[in-house]
Amino acid sequence: MGRTIVVTSGKGGVGKTTTSAAFAMGLAQRGHRTVVIDFDVGLRNLDLIMGCERRVVYDFVNVINGEANLNQALIRDKRCDNLYILPASQTRDKEALTKEGVGKVLDELSKTSDYVICDSPAGIEHGAHMAMYYADDALVVTNPEVSSVRDSDRMLGILASKSRRAENNDEPIREYLLLTRYAAERVERGEMLGVDDVQEILSLDLLGVIPESKSVLNASNSGVPVILDAESDAGQAYADMVARYLGEQVPHRFLGVQKRGFFSRIFGG
Amino acid sequence: MGLLDYFRSTRPKGSASVAKERLQILVAHDRSERHRPSYLPKLQREILEVIRKYVEVDMSSVSVNYEQEDSREILELNIILPEAAQSRA
Repeated sequence: MGRTIVVTSGKGGVGKTTTSAAFAMGLAQRGHRTVVIDFDVGLRNLDLIMGCERRVVYDFVNVINGEANLNQALIRDKRCDNLYILPASQTRDKEALTKEGVGKVLDELSKTSDYVICDSPAGIEHGAHMAMYYADDALVVTNPEVSSVRDSDRMLGILASKSRRAENNDEPIREYLLLTRYAAERVERGEMLGVDDVQEILSLDLLGVIPESKSVLNASNSGVPVILDAESDAGQAYADMVARYLGEQVPHRFLGVQKRGFFSRIFGG
Repeated sequence: MGLLDYFRSTRPKGSASVAKERLQILVAHDRSERHRPSYLPKLQREILEVIRKYVEVDMSSVSVNYEQEDSREILELNIILPEAAQSRA
């Protein structure tokens, strides 16, 4: 049985889809059969971030409605054989995701894959609820910013009360914090909440800190999960995060200000 | 930042510490709300209606507090009657 992981946040624009794409690619690169599902019905974007938008024929809602089977709808990633993408529907109503339908698809997927990543839509409405309901683990993506932290805390409350595990009194969802868009120099100047501050407020296991990085926009521009940009700080931070999720002890990087030398200051780099 | 500030040992606190304080208060409040039973606002309204049959009080004079301790739940009800209670009966 594979594990189902929801990537969630409450607030929009914090990096859920970027994270889902990077996380799924990272797990697949390490040899785990992984499926990443877009739950944002009506506003699908995961296919764009993954660079497979022109290969979408059938979607998640088609599968739930029995208009296509899973094998027809799953898109195999061209860069990594272990990775599959299940896109969201662009035209349907978000209510098309029924609890039974989603449960059936996730059940079928977890029989054949090691990890199923559910990319949640923003908000706490139906789509977000469906994305987290069947989760075993939750990755709470948070920016070091007041509204994002508050929404994450709200999301934690929902994970603890409205999931299948909560309803069945099973072992609770394992919750992890992923801090994204982290600007170490602003933290140092006291302008931004630091890792310790956010952890103190949310008291979650810290899975990783992704620095604010130009490489994230570059990656999404070209439809390549940023983890494949192994040169970039964000790519490396995501790779570390994947390793930590898999139980490896990896020290946190990119928490301090990178000291720039005289020449790099003059010539850039 | 002026040259003098550079030499000052205590730099002015940035906005991050304000953010943290505000969040700590907010999150604590949100969490306490989360564990309250959902019937509390309705209970408060109905209690108020009953009291208003006899005494002139407004919404802010009735506070309903709910606390949860290890083995028991406490429902605390606090009603402030106006000084010269106008009896309606």
